[in-house]
Amino acid sequence: MGLLSDPNRRRALISLLTRLNAPICVLCYFAGVCWFMGLAFEPFTLRTYMSENAMGSTMVEERFPSGERALATGREFAAHKKKVGGMPVDWLVKTMQARGLEVFTQSFSRTLPFPDENKERYIVKGTNVYGILRAPRAPRTEALVLSAPCSPGDNNNQAVGLLLGLAHYFRSQIFWAKDIIFLVNEHDLIGMQAWLESYHHTNTTGMDWSPLQGRGGSIQAALSLELSSDVITSFDIVLEGLNGQLPNLDLANLFYAFCQKIGVLCTIQGRLQRNDWDSVSGYSHAVQTMMLMVMKQASGRPWGDHGLFLRYHIEAATVKGINSFRQYKTDVTTVGRLLEGMFRKLNNLLERLHQSYFFYLMPSLSHFVSIGYYMPAFGLLAVILLLRALDLWVQFANPPAVTADGVADIEQQSSPGVLSVLTPLVISHLTGASLYFLPTRFQETAVEHFPVSETEAVVLTAIAVYTAGLALPHNTHRLLSGEGTEQGWRVLKLVAVLYLAVLLGCTALINFSLGFILALTLVPVAAFVTPHVPKTLSAIILVVLSPACTLLFSVFFFQELQEMPVSFQDGWLLYLSVISQGMLDHYLYGSLVYPLIALMVYPCWLLFWNILFWK
Amino acid sequence: MAAYRCLRCAWLLLVFISSWYVVVSGEETTQGDDRVSVADNPQIAADTAEQPSEERRWEATQVDKAVPDDAAAAAHKQDFPVPDSVLTPTPQFKDTFKEELVIRPLHSGDIYASFQFRTVWETDFTRGSKVSHYRLFPKSLGQVISKFSVQELHISFTQGYWRTMQWGQPYHPSPPGAELWVWFQDTVTDVDATWKELTNVLSGIFCASLNFIDSTNTVRPSASFKPLGIANGTDHRFLRYATLPREIVCTENLTPWKKLLPCGSKAGLAVLLKSEKLFHSSFHSQAVHIRPVCQDPQCKTMSLELRQTLNVVFDLHTSGQGKREWSLFKMFSRTLTEACPLAASSKIYIDITDNPQEEQFEVSPATPLLSQAVVLGDRRTFSVYDLTQQVTFGTVRSLNVLIRWKSTEGDMLRPLLHAERYVAGYGLQTGEIHTLMYNNHPFRSFPVLLLDSVPWYLRLYVHTLTVTSKGKDNKPSYIHYEPSKDRVRPHLLEMLVQLPPHSVTEITVQFERALLKWTEYTPDPNHGFYVGSSVISALVPSTVAINTNITEEQPLFSTFFPCKEESSYFVRVYTEPLLVNLPTPDFSMPYNVICLTCTVVAVGYGSLYNLLTRSFQIEEPNPGLAKRIANIIRKMRGVPPL
Repeated sequence: MGLLSDPNRRRALISLLTRLNAPICVLCYFAGVCWFMGLAFEPFTLRTYMSENAMGSTMVEERFPSGERALATGREFAAHKKKVGGMPVDWLVKTMQARGLEVFTQSFSRTLPFPDENKERYIVKGTNVYGILRAPRAPRTEALVLSAPCSPGDNNNQAVGLLLGLAHYFRSQIFWAKDIIFLVNEHDLIGMQAWLESYHHTNTTGMDWSPLQGRGGSIQAALSLELSSDVITSFDIVLEGLNGQLPNLDLANLFYAFCQKIGVLCTIQGRLQRNDWDSVSGYSHAVQTMMLMVMKQASGRPWGDHGLFLRYHIEAATVKGINSFRQYKTDVTTVGRLLEGMFRKLNNLLERLHQSYFFYLMPSLSHFVSIGYYMPAFGLLAVILLLRALDLWVQFANPPAVTADGVADIEQQSSPGVLSVLTPLVISHLTGASLYFLPTRFQETAVEHFPVSETEAVVLTAIAVYTAGLALPHNTHRLLSGEGTEQGWRVLKLVAVLYLAVLLGCTALINFSLGFILALTLVPVAAFVTPHVPKTLSAIILVVLSPACTLLFSVFFFQELQEMPVSFQDGWLLYLSVISQGMLDHYLYGSLVYPLIALMVYPCWLLFWNILFWK
Repeated sequence: MAAYRCLRCAWLLLVFISSWYVVVSGEETTQGDDRVSVADNPQIAADTAEQPSEERRWEATQVDKAVPDDAAAAAHKQDFPVPDSVLTPTPQFKDTFKEELVIRPLHSGDIYASFQFRTVWETDFTRGSKVSHYRLFPKSLGQVISKFSVQELHISFTQGYWRTMQWGQPYHPSPPGAELWVWFQDTVTDVDATWKELTNVLSGIFCASLNFIDSTNTVRPSASFKPLGIANGTDHRFLRYATLPREIVCTENLTPWKKLLPCGSKAGLAVLLKSEKLFHSSFHSQAVHIRPVCQDPQCKTMSLELRQTLNVVFDLHTSGQGKREWSLFKMFSRTLTEACPLAASSKIYIDITDNPQEEQFEVSPATPLLSQAVVLGDRRTFSVYDLTQQVTFGTVRSLNVLIRWKSTEGDMLRPLLHAERYVAGYGLQTGEIHTLMYNNHPFRSFPVLLLDSVPWYLRLYVHTLTVTSKGKDNKPSYIHYEPSKDRVRPHLLEMLVQLPPHSVTEITVQFERALLKWTEYTPDPNHGFYVGSSVISALVPSTVAINTNITEEQPLFSTFFPCKEESSYFVRVYTEPLLVNLPTPDFSMPYNVICLTCTVVAVGYGSLYNLLTRSFQIEEPNPGLAKRIANIIRKMRGVPPL
């Protein structure tokens, strides 16, 4: 800071920064990207370790014996499910009661804002069934949840069977210190949302549910089980929840530790970990695994039934049994033992899970990148915006070239007018608001006038509003009294750059992945755009780097990462469905990505678009 | 003359003692003989076993005649026609001890065992008379009562939560953790100080953390806790009530509790109280109740009653065996061989109301004795085993009551009144406490008294208090609210609410979570903070009153209107305690936090402040040393400096 106190040196530093601004920005950008890519390199990451004492050293024995019986129960469940054509509520209630649980049901209904074409549902009515295993000599203050969705078709029957088998086995044990809630939820996330909202008596999304009759106190942890085959080859853990929230890392560690102990192959993002980190293929494997996590987290949607628990500060994960073509198979008894072990350790908890990290990325199950390691990557990108802002600020303070008629220039420049900055700001935000509100409001009108379904109407309206926003600069200037000045666009750009910096900074704190991906595309735009660059080329670049196109690329990139590449035609359809899913996530579960993009990021990008067409 | 009388008294006393000794030793020898003969010859054993049993039955009838007096001393009076003047200097005979065990097979297949030990002592601590001689009454408690001028004392330690929906109402309700409520005599001047001292003393007696009771968790309920014994006034200034929901109850609390019994755990029903079994259960609750009671129907003199109760529920599923049967041995890993010799009565009751024709379960060995009682608004029938009679123990000289279930378990019960409570909302700033009270009576409404004591760190917003039943606002007819004071006292909320028939009444109140000082956090702040159970006290309409079954043998004139005298009964229901998370700093990183804060303050703030508030000017470089010396010299010479 002594550097800044000295006017000479300050001047020197500032002149250095303004003179070398462009090279420094480019350098920072590449440094940021390289830092991010380096995160997956194994020597730069940390090994996972169990931080929670209660789960670390305490030994538990897994003795779950009756996998075959659980499978038989699963088959019985499947038969009843087929007979009823949905959730066999009565059978479940009876079966859970026979296992000595306190059983309750909850009914719910929800009308979606527009039909969900992926899952083919519009008006959803269902019933959740849950049984509570009361811990002996515990005063109903703490609970654990094991849930299994009742999915349509032949999926997840084994999961429900295993859940009932575990309930039966757990009931005969004396060591439970927390109530255990066995939940079978219908209509996957909607049922889970109804149950959780009812449990905590909140209503954030306007769903109708009947109040719960039995509770177990504050829920400490939850596991959601998905299992669709009698034997599995590996176990996958899903961590990404609503709005990119993650459970405490100790939950992932616990899963990993038990997989190691019992000898089950375990994966994250469906990918095994490899030991050849020093080879190129090993590194790219780790990068791909991490990128999958980044993409999933950035989407802000719950990637399993566990995702909705995280809002309530309940550590939760989904475990999926996967049956591939591998030689070595694991039977359900072993899976049951694994879950038993995890529950016994969670039962040992004396405090909520809080010891380990809540912000992390995982290039493999045994390694993680903590927030302290990945934030610099984002910081390097964000600093570009600050450098540009500094540059603009300095240009205000000392105009670069004082010409012969400099006096007149300065007088003209000193009054850019609040209006010339405020008008584009307000108009772009109004466009954003219409992007947020119009698609769902005018779906009926759209369906009347065009031969499209409701869902298509919503998505196409959104795209139409988005595209219409591109015509704005011309309309803005009609509103303005005079011509835009040289100083005017500078002020606007300064405001826009700082706005973007704050916006991205806040986003990255909550959801690093989303913030980083947005920064990756928006920062170059913000850095280079002026009214003096070649218009056509810049316009193309600007459109390509706009949030909508970022989403389109992300869809293709994600498919590529999942090793399921799609043609452009399919990709486009997928893109449309992703937009509708994003909106549904917002209206059904309260995901914040859609409003963030519509109300903040898109208007911000429009400001840069405005600057490009400044006259 | 006086000397002669004294001599006579002493002589009589000597005779009395020697005769007593002879009787006792004689009994002992016969018993010894019996044992030998049993070992030698089983046939003779059967004969000899019959003989004493006949003798016992006769004795029992004698005792029965003396029962109205309800004192062993009275029996002695009949046996030995000793003048009253002799008995007055020996007041130890003025106390009696009774023990009983009630076993109730529950619908769910679980089993509920309730022990009760009652000592009544004809003495009066209130008059300030110094009592130094104790016989059956535990001295440790007696001293506490007299020292702290306690009128009534109720203390309970409970591990687990009573599941009303599955088990029905308990005989002795108690909240999870420790509960203590005391009525002091009106002679006590500084109640708070006495209360503080008393809790510390009790903490020592019961090996419990009762010393954590202080002003922040003590309340003075205005209506919910009335004296249970005889009392002159009910000014709630002399009442103190506190709960410790965190308290864990274990063996170290059971042992001192057992030591208060006259027979300890050596004989009688207390033999069954083995901790390894009692704590292998679904619910465990032990309590001590001391209160003054009337000695006779006219209530001219007072006696002190000590009731020690122990309730335990055994779980069918965790018992490990597939068979649906219970026995004393399976429950307690002991059988009974004798009553406590000091007990005036020692009985086991088994609730067979739901099982008149033995279609649900069968009890063996069978007993001819039956008893009826109205308990919790319901007329119950009990099989009775009298342990003071030798015949109860049969030929094997031990009693192992066996209950074998025949039918499968039933549905959940619908108790007339039950309640639940939970915290709603998410996040660490605000929340809402919901209390639900169910009235399952088909056509009668009844009032309940709700007591809520909430710690100060949950700041209740009382203006958000709502009481709704059946979707309509239900205005409480009485509200007593004492606001909390930070770090001094908790919130106290008492309400009298009318519960409409067949309804759920929901009481909600919002709260804000306070930020604690860093020293006020518990060692495990991330576990959460407990809020004690709410207490719901109610007079519930009795089911006996609903009963219109007129097949029973009753006089015709009494059966027309289905109303009975005991048309309502008192019930106390405790809700679950709550576990609430407060905003918690990350205590594991004080070092990082200190470093970061210091850096930010020192470097960031200091320099920025400097930059913002000072104006900077270019200063001439410092003159050299030679120049300065030259200047000093010039100054001394009075010439302007260079």
